[in-house]
Amino acid sequence: MQIIRKREITEDDFVHVPDGAPLPEGGKPIVTLARYTAERDALLARYSALGVRVPPDKLPSDIPDLARLALVALEFPKFTEGRPYSIARQLRDRHGFEGELRAVGWVLRDQLRYMERCGFDAFELKPGKPLESALEAFGELQLTYQAAADDPRPIYRRR
Amino acid sequence: MYQYDDHDRRIIIERAQQFRGQVARRLSGEITEEEFKPLRLQNGLYMQLHAYMLRVAIPYGLLSSTQVRRLADIARKYDRGYAHLTTRQNIQYNWPKLGDVPSILDDLADVEMHAVQTSGNCVRNITSDPFAGIAPDELEDPRPYCEIMRQWSTFHPEFANLPRKFKIAVTGTPGEDRAAVRFHDIGIRIVENAAKERGFEVLVGGGMGRTPHIGAVIREFLPKRHLLSYMESILRVYNLHGRRDNKFKARIKILVVALGVEEFRRRVEEDWEATKTPELELPDAEVARVTKFFAPPAYEKLPASADQLTALSLGRDRELGNWIKNNVVGHKVPGYSAVVISVKMPGVPPGDVSDTQLDAIAGVADRYSFGHVVVTHTQNLVLPDVKTSDLAKLHAELVELDLGKANVGKLTDVITCPGLDYCDLANARSIPLSLEIAERFDRIDYLNDVGDVSIKISGCINACGHHHVGNIGILGIDKRGEEFYQLMLGGSPGNDASIGKILGAALPQDAIVDAVEKVLDRYLVVRESADERFLDTVRRVGFEPFRQAVYGDALFGAAAEKGAE
Ligand code: SF4
Repeated sequence: MQIIRKREITEDDFVHVPDGAPLPEGGKPIVTLARYTAERDALLARYSALGVRVPPDKLPSDIPDLARLALVALEFPKFTEGRPYSIARQLRDRHGFEGELRAVGWVLRDQLRYMERCGFDAFELKPGKPLESALEAFGELQLTYQAAADDPRPIYRRR
Repeated sequence: MYQYDDHDRRIIIERAQQFRGQVARRLSGEITEEEFKPLRLQNGLYMQLHAYMLRVAIPYGLLSSTQVRRLADIARKYDRGYAHLTTRQNIQYNWPKLGDVPSILDDLADVEMHAVQTSGNCVRNITSDPFAGIAPDELEDPRPYCEIMRQWSTFHPEFANLPRKFKIAVTGTPGEDRAAVRFHDIGIRIVENAAKERGFEVLVGGGMGRTPHIGAVIREFLPKRHLLSYMESILRVYNLHGRRDNKFKARIKILVVALGVEEFRRRVEEDWEATKTPELELPDAEVARVTKFFAPPAYEKLPASADQLTALSLGRDRELGNWIKNNVVGHKVPGYSAVVISVKMPGVPPGDVSDTQLDAIAGVADRYSFGHVVVTHTQNLVLPDVKTSDLAKLHAELVELDLGKANVGKLTDVITCPGLDYCDLANARSIPLSLEIAERFDRIDYLNDVGDVSIKISGCINACGHHHVGNIGILGIDKRGEEFYQLMLGGSPGNDASIGKILGAALPQDAIVDAVEKVLDRYLVVRESADERFLDTVRRVGFEPFRQAVYGDALFGAAAEKGAE
């Protein structure tokens, strides 16, 4: 499957592993937060690059051993879901998470720029939505007013 | 007023371009109507009963005459020759075509205007006191802080998908709240502490809608430099914890009540301690830069206004005298006055202004008021800086333009939402009621006798007509498919904030204005003196006399029976 990572279309090197499905031999799995919480030590020992998929009603403090994760995928059950934007900022700004922060679920082109400014750097678009033209979103609204994960300085320190 | 710099200008131009693309993708089917909806909403584009409605932002209500002329042009070119002033100091067009909207946005961007975040679940246009900068009782002009927050909230990436809409109001007059800050998601009052430092008192969780609440103070004194970091923490707590499962329970007021003010405050303070970076602090230089744009215009040195005003209001021209008494407001600069232009007159839905009136208003603003106009949340317009010696001449011109009604703050200065004539959420029509009220009470002696009283009408419990804070509130409800109205008394949006209560059984459309008249006639009988305002009388004597007046003689009548709960 193709995703957008750091503003480029690329083949996904992670695989989503639903609850109950067998874990892959090697590679880079993304497991649910529930599974991760239950089998954390074994999972961290077994995979050098592990991802965790987090529903929007969980906070960064619900994700143990954050620093050892290669990827956090925040779920957007609906395109109007707003919590992951704040969760992403907390992960980046307060918890210093440096791994991949991926938006998954009902992810649309017109949200990408806002997501990126909050600290997301990878995007799985909703199936069926064109990736190529979605890249144009990163060129929109280049000028900003606020401090965010992309720049700690509000406009009044940049004017 | 604030002038865009290159940065501001390019942001608005880029936004207009982006929306053009979004509309094209909608028209091509690349995005569904469902997916398009939040995009168009954040550009002020609603789908109403018959057509799209475009709401244009007027930050803190302030317009230049150039902008007013552009609004007139747009009404002519893309609408049916009129625009509508809203209860949040904005202006809306009721008949634009989707395909025209990108061009309207271009036309607006040209005069430093936009429709950004005038609807949708985001931070909306920030409102303020219509007499900001000129009120004699003002501690400090709130508009620089409104503008700083306008910029901060514009396309804020973290808060564009909140559980629900979010409204902020600021007042710089602690003694007299003309911005209804206690009925906003966040209300801000500029205050002075014991050490004579200026700062902000922050209120959270006020609002109208189905469950009206008066905002609670969550911080008594916030040093000015922390304004934005503190706003961010409030918004973040709301974004993370506000309810998203039920849109009627999604406003911040519900969260504040559910958590309790103490717990809400604890969460905000906890986030704030962790996230208030030095970068976020508001530098004095930035406050000074923005404040410069609101510097007073070149006032002349003139004698005080008091004697002239008395002479005018007692003069032979009674029409002028009434207008001076009702529509002219004190100004902090000697020799100047503020004028409220009433657009409320018989036959015109409250808030509607025609393109020719807008052009004419731009003209009088240029000639009499340094080219500035302010939209009020009571759906009128203010000329903020008129020489008191010009008032008679200005009045004559306004009368010519059919804008000379002397009814500001009086019975016929009704506030209404669009209601069933335009809005697909409505239970009942509200505009016809206001027209009936305007017509029935169009007698200046009666208006003056009844004195200051506000009537506010909403077509459903969403309360866009602010009926909860009307001295007299009217709410449209649906009873087995028929339009009925609840009558409420005792609301007030100001420092003495209160929420109106229902007087009795709902009334059918043909009885509601009669009921208003009965209430007012009873007030004239039971008030202590002509100086006791309607609201004070209601607070003193309670509901019983009014209940008797309205329902007493009709208790066995068909009207009351039909409307009984
Ligand atoms: S109060 Fe109800 S009827 Fe009136 S505009 Fe708002 S939603 Fe529509």
